[in-house]
Amino acid sequence: MHHKTLTELAQGLKAGDFSSRELTTHLFERIERFDGDINSFITVTRDQALTAADAADAARAKGDSRPLAGLPLAIKDIFCTQGVRTSCGSKMLDNFEAPYNATVVEKLEAAGMISLGKTNMDEFAMGSSNETSYYGAVKNPWDRSAIPGGSSGGSAAAVAAGLAPAAMGTDTGGSIRQPAAFCGITGLKPTYGRVSRYGMIAFASSLDQGGPMARSAEDCAHLLGAMAGHDLRDSTSVSRVVPDYVAELDTPLAGLKIGLPKEYFGDGLDSDVESAIQEAIRVYESLGATVCEVSLPHTHLAVPAYYVIAPAEASSNLSRYDGVRFGHRCDNPADLEDLYKRTRAEGFGDEVKRRILIGTHTLSEGFFDAYYRKAQQVRRLIRQDFLDAFDQVDVLMGPAAPTPAFDLGAKKDPVSMYLQDIYTIAVNLAGIPGISVPAGFAGKRPVGLQILGKHFAEGQLLNVAHQFQQATDWHRRHPADQETT
Amino acid sequence: MQWETVIGLEVHVQLATQSKIFSGASTAFGAEPNTQACAVDLGLPGVLPVLNEGAVAMAVQFGLAIDAEIPETSLFERKNYFYPDLPKGYQTSQMAQPIIGKGEVELVLDETERKTVRIHHAHLEEDAGKSLHEDFHGMSGIDLNRAGTPLLEIVSEPDMRSAREAVAYIRAIHAIVTYLGISDGNMAEGSMRCDVNVSVRPKGQEAFGTRAEIKNVNSFRFVERAIEFEVERQIELIEDGGKVVQETRLYDPDLDETRSMRTKEEANDYRYFPCPDLLPIMLDSAYIEHQRTTLPELPTEKRNRFESDLGLSAYDAGVLSATRPTAEYFEAVLAVCGDAKQAANWVQGELSAHLNRENIDIKNSPVTPEQLGGLISRVLDDTINGKAAKQVFAALWNNDGQSADEIIDAQGLKQVTDTGAIEAMIDQVIADNPVQVAQYREADEAKRGKMIGFFVGQVMKASRGTANPQQVNGVLKQKLDEA
Repeated sequence: MHHKTLTELAQGLKAGDFSSRELTTHLFERIERFDGDINSFITVTRDQALTAADAADAARAKGDSRPLAGLPLAIKDIFCTQGVRTSCGSKMLDNFEAPYNATVVEKLEAAGMISLGKTNMDEFAMGSSNETSYYGAVKNPWDRSAIPGGSSGGSAAAVAAGLAPAAMGTDTGGSIRQPAAFCGITGLKPTYGRVSRYGMIAFASSLDQGGPMARSAEDCAHLLGAMAGHDLRDSTSVSRVVPDYVAELDTPLAGLKIGLPKEYFGDGLDSDVESAIQEAIRVYESLGATVCEVSLPHTHLAVPAYYVIAPAEASSNLSRYDGVRFGHRCDNPADLEDLYKRTRAEGFGDEVKRRILIGTHTLSEGFFDAYYRKAQQVRRLIRQDFLDAFDQVDVLMGPAAPTPAFDLGAKKDPVSMYLQDIYTIAVNLAGIPGISVPAGFAGKRPVGLQILGKHFAEGQLLNVAHQFQQATDWHRRHPADQETT
Repeated sequence: MQWETVIGLEVHVQLATQSKIFSGASTAFGAEPNTQACAVDLGLPGVLPVLNEGAVAMAVQFGLAIDAEIPETSLFERKNYFYPDLPKGYQTSQMAQPIIGKGEVELVLDETERKTVRIHHAHLEEDAGKSLHEDFHGMSGIDLNRAGTPLLEIVSEPDMRSAREAVAYIRAIHAIVTYLGISDGNMAEGSMRCDVNVSVRPKGQEAFGTRAEIKNVNSFRFVERAIEFEVERQIELIEDGGKVVQETRLYDPDLDETRSMRTKEEANDYRYFPCPDLLPIMLDSAYIEHQRTTLPELPTEKRNRFESDLGLSAYDAGVLSATRPTAEYFEAVLAVCGDAKQAANWVQGELSAHLNRENIDIKNSPVTPEQLGGLISRVLDDTINGKAAKQVFAALWNNDGQSADEIIDAQGLKQVTDTGAIEAMIDQVIADNPVQVAQYREADEAKRGKMIGFFVGQVMKASRGTANPQQVNGVLKQKLDEA
């Protein structure tokens, strides 16, 4: 039962094939057996989960038939969970127990879901390989010598390895889509503003967006429906009706216009990845879609613009970690300046420090216009590129990443790591939704097809992804179990 | 050399919203430390600000009151710096696009001299918490109750030329915000705090001198003294061959001096950038016009109307319009008695003397404006004379009766205007005081004028103060002059 989709598990619960407690217990046993090596969880909340599972079983016995009730999931350790450590992958918050729940956590719990625990991630979501975590790297369940992607690497690995049927992720520059691609699962980054950011620890506030990671587009549709919506506590969440995403899944694709951005198929694209994507496109053609080439002319500016805007916001967002009120505090500070310096020197890892420094620099007097203001101008151009493309086509398709998962420790140079996100980053700058679906393999390592849509076209993206999954079985593949040695 | 002082002011006004500018926590003053700080105020990981619309409405009302430009779009930005009582490591404020643009405030310097001070802009921001340095044995305590309290920072142009003008400006701002009801204006509790920019230049020179900024001056008197000290310091410095450096200074009221906090070189680079957690504030003309309908009559308008329509002197109009409660009290008295001059005299005279003596705010006056108006009416219709009126006022003050009429009846203070009764009393007084009558009749006109007071006094005494003094005077004169 550990490789079933949420939809299948819901049927199993309904049919009485197993209970929530049995399902949950089984997953904890698997975590116990297999996660030592994968390292996808930072914190496991067994007692709370079993209590919630019993309550769900009791409710089901009394007729609770909500689609997500009694189903477990894992939560990226960036979402605040009341009374449970919320570390954000950082030593800085190793001792931090949030006194409140993130809106997303609240909503999923209200839908009856059961949290198994908190998943590993790049520190403060800054990374593309999950190697910057204070809690150690996560291994790719398909190939233990590979990274799982990042920053939602723990969530992706847990779902791929059959430790959790679904997980919450966040995506600031590709952090849901790229690990979903690398681990062979389905991951959706919603439109900016579709899902509340309240209680989601901020990396870059104008780019961050939470979303579901699961084994099928159908599961993502259920999860998005439960977590989306306006939140009075997040001014940037959008007041807009949440459609019935599940109802849209079966719309036929005949006449769908697919655009292939030529900039996403250029130099640096791995040939195995490219052929998997081309094969996926042919599947869409067989489903009645038409395909044409489009251009997103400012694509080459996306990574530079992102690495101005995201660090600028991060440098400010991470100022609150000062050792005064919560989190890590250095021992015996001599004075205020010493408290700040040592607390932050000890509490943050190298990548976080690098980005705080970049952001502090780009916002500084004399540099602001050249960096931050220019990057915002570029951001508008990139957004316009997408809007222009969507005048011609319904969705855009391409690879989620230029290569399959790379080896652990392979990318020592930060810039080569940043370039990993070349196909995902522009999407966050534009605020549009994107989904990655499994589309084959490059050797042992999965390849993800990225589908992009107009603002608030999650329903269409899920429909397009679901129809692909009806015609293929890449999303049903799973890696072999491997005992912790 | 003749020196000219140039002063610009930044006034931070605490807005009177019930909850904070970006959270639902209470803004009430004086609670136990850290009991009015929620997750948002503490800057916990993951929290987000939500703008309090009440603060926006108040800022717009202020903008309308100073006839300012109110842009359609304004933006919150983050001002980044580290300080223990600044929980997020940045203050959410406004910089490039403030909510209120250029405006102006009219100052009344004395009965004839007025001056217009230009407002550069006013912007919304959140207050920080407080660092407490006492009682922690060498450590510091942090109280975040104040963190997130909404402030409107009003920035003037450097238009003031003396400490007196600066004080008049702060008084004018104080009057406007308290009239609008957007702040309690309580300077002792920090509801209004000023940063004062001061420079000096040789008279006639156009270029400004180098300025010093004096931070956090918290009373009208301290503003005056801080400026006076600073002006003298700068002039002496320059005359001794020195140079003023651009710096931030602190006014110490105990020592009555300013001293350097930090120079320009040590100043923070605040790295302002638009706050990505808050949407721009968009104000359409319908919203602004709606806010306009909520505006009360403002201090200057009131003052002008008191002078021109009610015929009060410039001085009276100024005093009675100085604060909204005083103006409202006066107008309520006027509404009952209908005589502006009498109402003005009573409010500034008897009432004000009593209030001052017992240090009571006019809002809590034991004599209501309706009661005072009733009392004045009885003076105006000659029911009681001036002396009795003071007795009635004292009785009202002491709550010895519900209304002037009740007290007049109970104490028999109704003025005697019956000519027969008054004549009888006068005849008696004349009969009882033959010596004085004889002296009077021998005296010349000038002396008689002084001597008649004795007889009036006797008659008033006989009437227990109720006789109409004018009437008594007339009849007495007639009778004494008869022989």
